[in-house]
Amino acid sequence: MATTTAARPVIAGTSMVSGTRQWTLGKILNRVLFWILVVVIIFYTVFPFVWAVISSIKPNAELFSTPVDYWPDQINLTFYRFVLDNGDFLRALRNSVIVSVSTVVISLALGSLAAYALGRLKFRGRTPVLYLILSMTMFPQIAILGSLYQMITTLGLFDRLPALIIAYLTFTLPFTVWVLTNFFKAMPGELEEAALVDGATPFQAFARILLPLAAPGLVTTGLLAFIAAWNEYLYALTFTQTRARTVQPAIASFTGNTQFELPWGNILAASVLVTLPLVILVLVFQRKILAGLTAGAVKG
Amino acid sequence: MTQRVAAAPLPQPAKRGRSVDLPQTGWVKARERLAWLLVAPSVLVVALVALYPLFQSVRLSFTNARFGSARPVQYVGVDNYVRLFNDNTFISALGHTVTFTVVSVAIETVLGIVIALIINSNFTGRGVVRTSMLIPWAIPTVVSSQLWRFMYNQDNGVINDVLVNRLGVLSSPVAWIANATTSLPAIIAVDVWKTTPFMALLLLAGLQIIPGDVYEASTIDGANKWQQFWQITLPLLKPALLVALIFRTLDAFRVFDVVFVLKGAALDTITLAIYARQTMIDEQWLGRGSAASVVIFLCIALLVIVYSRLVRVEET
Repeated sequence: MATTTAARPVIAGTSMVSGTRQWTLGKILNRVLFWILVVVIIFYTVFPFVWAVISSIKPNAELFSTPVDYWPDQINLTFYRFVLDNGDFLRALRNSVIVSVSTVVISLALGSLAAYALGRLKFRGRTPVLYLILSMTMFPQIAILGSLYQMITTLGLFDRLPALIIAYLTFTLPFTVWVLTNFFKAMPGELEEAALVDGATPFQAFARILLPLAAPGLVTTGLLAFIAAWNEYLYALTFTQTRARTVQPAIASFTGNTQFELPWGNILAASVLVTLPLVILVLVFQRKILAGLTAGAVKG
Repeated sequence: MTQRVAAAPLPQPAKRGRSVDLPQTGWVKARERLAWLLVAPSVLVVALVALYPLFQSVRLSFTNARFGSARPVQYVGVDNYVRLFNDNTFISALGHTVTFTVVSVAIETVLGIVIALIINSNFTGRGVVRTSMLIPWAIPTVVSSQLWRFMYNQDNGVINDVLVNRLGVLSSPVAWIANATTSLPAIIAVDVWKTTPFMALLLLAGLQIIPGDVYEASTIDGANKWQQFWQITLPLLKPALLVALIFRTLDAFRVFDVVFVLKGAALDTITLAIYARQTMIDEQWLGRGSAASVVIFLCIALLVIVYSRLVRVEET
């Protein structure tokens, strides 16, 4: 390979002036420095999770050895077996799935309708509604913790799954509406015009033409809302106790026999189990996620 | 929520001619009715589960309400707020929150720019780097806090092992989390790890819309890389930077998860959100705790206003 000239200039690394194609000492140094930095970045971002995976398959004795053993002598799955035999953890896992999926389904169902109206139809009150939705995506969860707690206990929903679904809608629904509105707005206008000229109602135009085309946007938004609900901690910690506990507070409060003896093997195995699906989802959908997250952030 | 989208400018209705804009009046009415029918469920849910509780929080903050108390609720004016600002724990929570926010956002921004500049070139393996950078973002904060707690462990944590046994930088292992002088920096390090890659990805998207010929022109004019960065990259990156900065600030200011998992409500690291939850839920002082949460809300509202002003100034 030659000194590939970068499409865009960077501080370190490739030079953008495509004149001389010679290996000068400075260029080689630059190149080496560049690759060292790249390796450092990858190492920094993935090490903690990789370390958790490695540690979770170590035998218990190796896990606590000093100096630290960096590679397990043998693979030991006792921690995973313990966690997957643990009724409390399995229930938490099931609760998390139910709550996250329900939240996403409700958000997408309600949100796509609203987003279609906000993105494609003109109506009085559109701007105030958009401002309301936008401000709801920004306000802090803690601001309604107390009153939501009061509402939930009054309704008899404390430590029950609907409490969490309601609480999670406070952030997933505005988020879904906002992102999908931008998505619908970006679609070409002729799409439904043709249908309308052919005598379809606006709702038919939405259901038969726009919604199928919005499928990729729905997938991305749903995925982001799912991750947000799956990872939520504050509400789950406050509104549940035992039967409706989800995985995040469960992992945060894993305890051992004594206060000083944390069952690290089990904590790490459980952590890997609840994170692995997310990591896989992110790897599969990385392009969509990046597009969804950066959409609008850098409009020139 | 832990991950948020950076807001785009308010979407304008599709331009005339592009929109569903047929002239018949019956049509217009039907469309208006349909629009409201479609928006109503979402607006209703948001009003019920978010707007109403928000209104309630503000109302409760002026009362002596207490969970599980039979005593009638009375309005006490601004008593709760006065009490807050006379409470040393609240003041130190405010201090920790501001320190956490300023330090973590500053480090994340600088590191984020550096990383974005490094990966903003075409090289083999660039996709791998970008993918690896999404991993800290996808890991739940509770899990990343536990992973770091494990690495920070005094006796057999990998961080002490490297610093003491492998590099010899420290003579004896440090209890990073338990020690009051190292606990807040240690927590900030976890947040920096989790959010810097994401910040870098946002900034990378901003870098990629800067046209390359701007640089070519300035190279011909004899500007070096350092000058190019300050005179071209940074000014052109400003819109993306501003958005990323303010959203990180909003997130950092409400920090709860990482601090609570690592330290609970310990006094050396307590933040405003932890203080508010502690007062409302654990101590059952609904009125006073609501006042604390309203303070957080107001600070964030103020940041949002400043942000929207800044963006408007940018646009003109």
